[in-house]
Amino acid sequence: MTASAESPTKTATPPKAVIRIGDRVFSLATVLSGSLILVVLAATAVFLIVQSLPALTAKPGQIPNDAANFWVYVGPLVFGTVWAALLALIIATPLSIGIALFISHYAPRRISQLLGYIIDLLAAVPSVVFGLWGVLVLAKFIQPFYTTLVNTLGWIPLFQGPVSGTGKTILTAAIVLAVMILPIMTAVMREIFLQAPRLHEEAALALGATRWEMIQMAVLPFARSGMVSGIMLGLGRALGETLAIAIVLSPATVINVFLLTSQNPNTIAANIATQFPEAQGVALNTLIASGLVLFVITLLVNMAARFIVNRRKAFSGAN
Amino acid sequence: MNIKRVGSIAAIALVGTIALSSCASNEDAAPGSSSSGGTSLSGTINGIGSSAQGVAETTWAAGFQEANGTGVTVNYDPQGSGAGRTSFISGAADFAGSDAALSDDEIKSTFAGCAADSKAIDLPVYISPIAVAYNVDGLKDLILDADTIAGIFSGKITKWNDSAITKLNPDATLPSASITVVHRSDDSGTTQNFTEYLAAEAKSVWTKPASQTFPYSVGDAAKGTSGVADATKNSKNSITYIDESAATGLSVSQLVVGGTATKISADGAAAVVAKSPLVEGRADNDLAINIDRTLTDSGDWPMVLVSYMIACDTYKDSAKGDLVKAYATYAASDAGQKAAAAQAGSAPLDSDLAAKVATAAATIK
Amino acid sequence: MSVAVRNTSANTLTAGKLPKGAPWGLLIVSWLIFIGVFALLQASGTTTDFNVVGAFFFGTILFDILIVVISMVVEGGRKAKDRLVTSLVTTAFIITLLPLISLIYTVISRGVARFDSAYFNESMRNVIGAGGGAVHAIVGTLEVTAFAALISIPIGLLTSIYLVEYGRGRLARAITFFVDVMTGIPSIVAGLFAYSLFALFAGPSIRAGIVGSVALSVLMIPVVVRSSEEILKIVPNELREASYALGVPKWLTIVKIILPTSIAGLTTGVMLAISRVIGETAPLLITTGFTTSMNYDLFSDRMMTLPVFVYTQYANQGPDATPFLERAWTGALVLILIVMALNLLARLIGRLFSPKLR
Repeated sequence: MTASAESPTKTATPPKAVIRIGDRVFSLATVLSGSLILVVLAATAVFLIVQSLPALTAKPGQIPNDAANFWVYVGPLVFGTVWAALLALIIATPLSIGIALFISHYAPRRISQLLGYIIDLLAAVPSVVFGLWGVLVLAKFIQPFYTTLVNTLGWIPLFQGPVSGTGKTILTAAIVLAVMILPIMTAVMREIFLQAPRLHEEAALALGATRWEMIQMAVLPFARSGMVSGIMLGLGRALGETLAIAIVLSPATVINVFLLTSQNPNTIAANIATQFPEAQGVALNTLIASGLVLFVITLLVNMAARFIVNRRKAFSGAN
Repeated sequence: MNIKRVGSIAAIALVGTIALSSCASNEDAAPGSSSSGGTSLSGTINGIGSSAQGVAETTWAAGFQEANGTGVTVNYDPQGSGAGRTSFISGAADFAGSDAALSDDEIKSTFAGCAADSKAIDLPVYISPIAVAYNVDGLKDLILDADTIAGIFSGKITKWNDSAITKLNPDATLPSASITVVHRSDDSGTTQNFTEYLAAEAKSVWTKPASQTFPYSVGDAAKGTSGVADATKNSKNSITYIDESAATGLSVSQLVVGGTATKISADGAAAVVAKSPLVEGRADNDLAINIDRTLTDSGDWPMVLVSYMIACDTYKDSAKGDLVKAYATYAASDAGQKAAAAQAGSAPLDSDLAAKVATAAATIK
Repeated sequence: MSVAVRNTSANTLTAGKLPKGAPWGLLIVSWLIFIGVFALLQASGTTTDFNVVGAFFFGTILFDILIVVISMVVEGGRKAKDRLVTSLVTTAFIITLLPLISLIYTVISRGVARFDSAYFNESMRNVIGAGGGAVHAIVGTLEVTAFAALISIPIGLLTSIYLVEYGRGRLARAITFFVDVMTGIPSIVAGLFAYSLFALFAGPSIRAGIVGSVALSVLMIPVVVRSSEEILKIVPNELREASYALGVPKWLTIVKIILPTSIAGLTTGVMLAISRVIGETAPLLITTGFTTSMNYDLFSDRMMTLPVFVYTQYANQGPDATPFLERAWTGALVLILIVMALNLLARLIGRLFSPKLR
């Protein structure tokens, strides 16, 4: 309003961009909500750090598991968290790309809508249910396979025995994790694949490309950043997943890469969920400090992902 | 297309009606009982604590609420004993359920919900025998002694047909399979009491001190009582320690107590608790018990867990005090203990101890 | 040369190509082969029961190999590669369906036992042993999640608009980065944070639905931002430029052009975010607490929620576990149905409000 009132008096100077109140208010609102996120995050970080300090400075004997200091305590957990998430991603990434492509470019349109819907739905199954399914159905079903694997391929370190009698191994946990993160990864990737420019796709097909060549040339380059962000969402969920792992995994204070034994490295989040109810004093601070470490791990992972996305920035509508 | 849309709208409408028309019918089903329940009590008390007590507390809350009408509500979060004690000290809970009595350090702290200069008291209300339960095809009536149990759970005995086990069970056919040990992955009162027993009775084999955390790197870990039960049921040749009430579907081993094989029993567990001395140096109305694991009378079951209700001696808010007092009295009463035994599978308190708890509860203000 | 060899068939247009139904036929044949193999194994006593999952799994793998080899021979390298990817994509799909179907089957078959009117009409107040229902938990979940959505959707959506339409420079980069970081907050830490925040003002005994809502929004906001950012980014620049060229202010361009264009994707994103948090258990255990009674008031007293209900019914069973487990599984089933209804709603919104282009 003010701008339009002033504009006639300033005919001599080059025309300024018109500033409207609506624009002001709207952009302010967006900046504010963006900043609010930073505030919330800062508050969470402060909360975590303040609560963690007693654990970081704890004397030997105060930390659970007879650990000499906090870092000794958290070491196996860090390894377990990354290891479990990595295993889950190895399983889930190719599958989710496959499903997303299947829904977006392979399945008939009617079926694909239904499939997309079903997959979305699975994102909502509570983690407790995944946990219960993992223990009651999957672990029981898969344990005989583990025994066979250990008996036949036991010379490979990954499959080293002794085999877990209950099937509650890190591989089972990783499979459950993979099933859990599949829907969210698939949903993000599917949306991106569907948005690939139609004209490019049709051009590729018109030039005689097979369907796969078309996807390679027109869809994947366009979707790369979206795929990475889908994978990151999955990784974020896998790193932070709590109850399902707490229910499925048989944890121990160890660092190893054996997939099929009962002594598995625990994950940070599952350890918090398991130990929180009985934790008091420094033990509680230790758990929160391990939460802070998880936070930092996520930070590092995301920095790496951002770096990858930015380096090969694909064309997007907005930039 | 149209059908699809109509269908989806119908589905939304259906869920909407369910959500909106929802008023719990069982809560309104007691008209007029709100103030005519026979008592003048009203209000809400919140407890946090031991998950072992979870079902018993639900049972007591139901009985207590029914007796006192809709004006009274008891909530109990089965978050865990540690969380219960911490919340109680900070005033986040009006009472706590705990598998361990307040420690000497904790009893010195300031209790936010209690009146100034008033301390908290421990009331034993829940007794549960701990069973050694196993899942082996065709194996019934297994007999184990403390040393053998310690050997199995510390990883020194790894086969079912180990000589230590066959010596105790000469008539049983034991498989040559490996033993899958299942233990708790979370800290728990069950583990504390189980290891306390082994540390007292099998000193030579069980060399680690009693602790809430399972101390050996043996076998598979599972979260919570139900997790342990499921893991054991799902795998052959497995063995675990578990609250007896959760051992349905598993076989329960007999224990050699004082030279004779003893079957697990609620009476045996209650007897051990009743014969055990109180912790010294506490207030008169504090009934923290120092369980004597070495009792060997016939029928005694010393592998037992005692869980406490922790309450203020004097509450800041006297209305809360009245409620907690009435609730604790009901929990320790014959009716309360019988209800818990039926619903939660606990062992009812021995009558002498029940009388002591009732006297102590009566001092709550 | 090879072309000439292949052109021997009668119809020159379909020469050198596999007939249309061939892949499907091949898939079914491979499945049948392995069903046969496993049936033989069972008959010979090697395995105790018939392994359906194994049959379909190995059958699908066999199909992958067969189709590539056949296509390589008949159609040549490029086509074979295409066939390979097609079959891999289909395989991925089938492999994923197996656990998902098993999961859904488990929930439905175990949850249907208590899917009765009492479940939707009664709370657990004064219920011991069998019986009772979860209406208090259903209402609690709906209220807590709705309030969490009420907080998160505006903040999340505005932030993503800022990032895509306005954000340049350091603040935008910081927000993008820290939103990613926020996705990594362990859910229980979000719960602890929300609880401590409220405990600062209301004392340590605070347990209320709203505390849970705040905890859930901490988890929900980053998902909303992330997914809507991706969706907004791919709105074609031509639309923006056309709108500006017509003199439409930026904020109106966003509200009238960009948001409607991407509404379908946005609602999907929001639904994903809701789905992500509606099943959260750990943060709700410490923020909204546990009660057996009905409570409609978000702002005072404990409130039951479905995930907590499911978890506690599983974790604290009586000696006769059946009624507890049945209530737990039915709770899980109801939770999934609620999300299904919400999903339908989102689709409906997407269809009603998106511009009719395609």
